[in-house]
Amino acid sequence: MKDDIILRVVAKLVMPFMLLFAVYVQFHGDFGPGGGFQAGVIAATAIVFYAIVFGLAAGKRLAPEWLVEAMLAAGVLLYAGVGLAGLALGGAYLDYFVLDRDPVAGQHRGIFWVEAGVALTVSGVMLKLFYMFAGRGRGE
Amino acid sequence: MSHYGYWVAIFLMSAGMYILIARGNLLKKLVGLSILQSSVYLVYIVPGKLLGGTAPIVSAQYSVYSNPLPHVLILTAIVVGVATLALGLALVVRIREAYGTIEEDEILERD
Amino acid sequence: METLIIHVLLTGLAVVVVALTLTRNLFSVVVLSGIYSFLMATVLVALDAVDVAMTEAAVGAGVSTVLLLGALHLVASREAKPLARPFLPLAVALATGGVLAYGSMGLPDFSDPQAPIHVHVAPRYLNEGPKETGVPNVVTAVLASYRGYDTLGETVVVFTAGAGVIALLRRRKKKGK
Repeated sequence: MKDDIILRVVAKLVMPFMLLFAVYVQFHGDFGPGGGFQAGVIAATAIVFYAIVFGLAAGKRLAPEWLVEAMLAAGVLLYAGVGLAGLALGGAYLDYFVLDRDPVAGQHRGIFWVEAGVALTVSGVMLKLFYMFAGRGRGE
Repeated sequence: MSHYGYWVAIFLMSAGMYILIARGNLLKKLVGLSILQSSVYLVYIVPGKLLGGTAPIVSAQYSVYSNPLPHVLILTAIVVGVATLALGLALVVRIREAYGTIEEDEILERD
Repeated sequence: METLIIHVLLTGLAVVVVALTLTRNLFSVVVLSGIYSFLMATVLVALDAVDVAMTEAAVGAGVSTVLLLGALHLVASREAKPLARPFLPLAVALATGGVLAYGSMGLPDFSDPQAPIHVHVAPRYLNEGPKETGVPNVVTAVLASYRGYDTLGETVVVFTAGAGVIALLRRRKKKGK
């Protein structure tokens, strides 16, 4: 597919905007529809789109296997870590009120980190699933 | 006519169940399973809708909102559904490599 | 007018599923399931579930279709004609649908403000949510703060699915096809 000039040009133009849209959805999820899940899936879809047009090797150069596997696990650890931080600062597990001096700011901080963890795991898993299915038949 | 949403959800559920038990092709069975799961989303979200309301994002201009609680539950359900689909597809790929076919009756013969 | 749009979209969903049941070409099954997901996302927007619609569009019509196409490429078959007429499964599906339809007669009418789901916890989330968490999107506030444990469990489920697929499909040594 990388011989087709229309697909090549459009993929190179559109893919950065898809990634930017994913970041926008992640951070704007407090004020409009969005949040961690949607942002993670859109980010993974951007890399999948690039890999479909330019080949799996080019996609793996953009998002290497070790990075994707690290993202998978880091998201869950981040989420659980926010809970442990609540424990360490004197509240219950996953208590956001104690994360800052002002309870509402503590909630905001907790929600931010938790959504970041969710986005990391979801994008890592979707990308890893694509790599596993697409890389199977070629013996690589 | 006010129960039309429930009836369509039940129809989708029955259709998904029919595909799951009547067709022998493993890939089609998985698609039927995902249709069965998505019919449940309708069962949850249709009762939460209020005509004349808006999406549950609080703002000063609106006073009637649709119920946010089903949305939260179904968000989780959608992601769990795709996780199930991915694992099912990985199993189908391995079955094909082991038995050479994904038709249920041929697999049972060969086993 | 709003009700008419919702009913038309729901009928479209039913038509797509009937077409999906009858076709035997697996590629058209995958494409029809992508169309089904897009229609479902549109119905969800009409039902004011904007977060859910975005997730369904991205996950159902995006990732799910890509995974099905990937699996279809590796499996490469066409559905065989069923040997026996499937009367028993049809009877089971119709009986289940009939019993559920009879049960749904007791459910509240569409868009009834006095329905039980609108009078217990939901008003508290809508009134106190933005004040207690500082986040206007009530769905995000409930998902990340009020029901944070469930979201932790769901993240672990997604991780487990990824780990499971890695365990099933990882190749240890270099092989041909």
